[in-house]
Amino acid sequence: MTPLALARPALAWIAAALTALAATAPVLATSTPAALASAPAQSAQLDPLDSPRWEDMRKAFFEGATVVFDERIKVVGPSVAEDSLNVPVTVDASAVPGVEELIVFADFNPIVKALRFEPGAAQPRLGFRIKLQQSSPVRAAARTADGVWRVGGAWITATGGGCTLPSVGSGSPEWQERLNEVNGKLWPRLDGGERLRMRIIHPMDTGLAAGIPAFHIEEIVITDAEGHTLSRIQPLEPVAENPSFTLDLRALAPGARLHIAGRDNNGNRIDAWVTR
Amino acid sequence: MRTASTPLRRTDAAKRPPAAGSGAGSAPARAPAGPIHRMARAGERMSVVVQRLSMPGRVLAILWTCLLLLAAPTHAETFDYRLQARELAPGAWVIVGLKEDFSFANGGNIVNTGFIVGREGVIVIDTGSSKRYGEQLLAAIRRVTPLPVVLVVNTHHHPDHFLGNQAFPRETLAALPDTLAAIRSEGEGFNANMYRLNGDWMRDTEVVVPTRALAVGRQRIGGRDVELLALGGHTIADLVVVDHDSGTVYAADLVFHGRTPTTPHADIPLWLAALDTLERLPTRLWVPGHGEPTPDTRALRQTRDYLGWLAQTIRSGAESGQDMTDLFQTPIPQRFAGMALAKEEFRRSVVHLFPAAEQSVLEAQRTPTPK
Repeated sequence: MTPLALARPALAWIAAALTALAATAPVLATSTPAALASAPAQSAQLDPLDSPRWEDMRKAFFEGATVVFDERIKVVGPSVAEDSLNVPVTVDASAVPGVEELIVFADFNPIVKALRFEPGAAQPRLGFRIKLQQSSPVRAAARTADGVWRVGGAWITATGGGCTLPSVGSGSPEWQERLNEVNGKLWPRLDGGERLRMRIIHPMDTGLAAGIPAFHIEEIVITDAEGHTLSRIQPLEPVAENPSFTLDLRALAPGARLHIAGRDNNGNRIDAWVTR
Repeated sequence: MRTASTPLRRTDAAKRPPAAGSGAGSAPARAPAGPIHRMARAGERMSVVVQRLSMPGRVLAILWTCLLLLAAPTHAETFDYRLQARELAPGAWVIVGLKEDFSFANGGNIVNTGFIVGREGVIVIDTGSSKRYGEQLLAAIRRVTPLPVVLVVNTHHHPDHFLGNQAFPRETLAALPDTLAAIRSEGEGFNANMYRLNGDWMRDTEVVVPTRALAVGRQRIGGRDVELLALGGHTIADLVVVDHDSGTVYAADLVFHGRTPTTPHADIPLWLAALDTLERLPTRLWVPGHGEPTPDTRALRQTRDYLGWLAQTIRSGAESGQDMTDLFQTPIPQRFAGMALAKEEFRRSVVHLFPAAEQSVLEAQRTPTPK
């Protein structure tokens, strides 16, 4: 083992410790038993969104890991959901360098986790629409290479029913002809990067409406023409029907196109190309 | 509601959770605790406290509670909308609502209702947001005339325009056929949401679907020369009542004034075409669905200006690759700054209108599904 390899974990540990000390947001769980013991009472007070479900969220997603609240992790959305089946949100961790993974969850949804995103060559920022069963914090957690999860979020008020209503598609045979069809387009960004917007035809049924089983896209992989993986999205049931996604990628060569591949939980494939 | 060209567009309103708004911005605001609810909760807490007290303490506490309850009605809501009917022209009356969204404070009094007094009877235009509103509207009419109500129209199917129907004789209630169907399918959902938004003002309010489908055209009703126009765009069917005897047009929610238009069921091109039709009417007085009446077309022009900007903003946003959350940040032009609820309604409208704009941009790039 080279000295460099030995030094890396130590450096990561020091970095994490320094971050924890410097951050105004407190560390909610560390590996020491004392801190774990006091964590529940402490974190209940410290959740900036003051949600009674936070402790359950922490256990479900971050048990054994370091997790901090960080204002740089943003969830941009309406304060009041106009349509509980289509609540637009953009999760944005671009103010934090080195984000490797993002997860999005809503404390009070019957299916809490909505999506996992590996930005890869994209900005750690993703726009999409979520279903909300009732008013809830909608949170994004970003993991950096050091294993630390940084959590931000916002309360979104909703009258609800978003997760237990049947999809429009499930009531109609028409979607079957277009299932997993991708409608997408690339735009050049002023900052030199590329914006990808795409919409995939899929009912995204939650399985919570009577008689309609869960049926949703599981994975979307974005690759360049040479087959290099650029980004990966793993949606779950709470993502809105006919999901649309907005990503900002690094600049592509003029005329370049992107391959969108993936599948749903019934094994139906997604396979399409997107151009400007 | 679906068409072959847009097979999966979410237009099936029946599947949506109920939206309510003055135009039904569903605005499902977390219900704030109204005075009545707060009082009820305080009462529960009080009874727990009372059980823990000694006997003399209990008696005192109970007496104190009784005093509070006796005093309460003078401070609590009296559920009086304080409707003031104004005569714009001989026989043409209006009751102007607040330029607000539904709340526990206003009880839904955010809409303009009107009535026309003919030689033989009264025509009522919209019945307001609750049973109480309908009753108080009828009382306001009775302060003006003892003539019978011969026709009550619901201009469209949004809840602030028909939930006062209970106060009027069933046989007088009428609306356009598409409005009847929409009240039938969406009315209950609207009503439930209105209870959430307006609280106890809604007590005993039930959906009453008019039984009569209106015949449009110029006719004599109650001894008055009126014209009924079937237009659309704000909703699937929007009725306009023109009182030719006084030159007054009751434009309902096709025209807003000083209050940002709402769009939960809007078809903007159809709405703009309806405004063109209205502008050609030989009338002098304009009663918008929300906001102050005007002696000229300025309310109509303001509505057209805003809707044009709204449609253009959403279209160019979709064409330039913006997402809904990007569009939320759009600054509202200065000329609309004076319109109540501009920022809130703009964001709602983005949610209503963006998906179709996005779809048309992205489907231009349509790729076939793999076989």
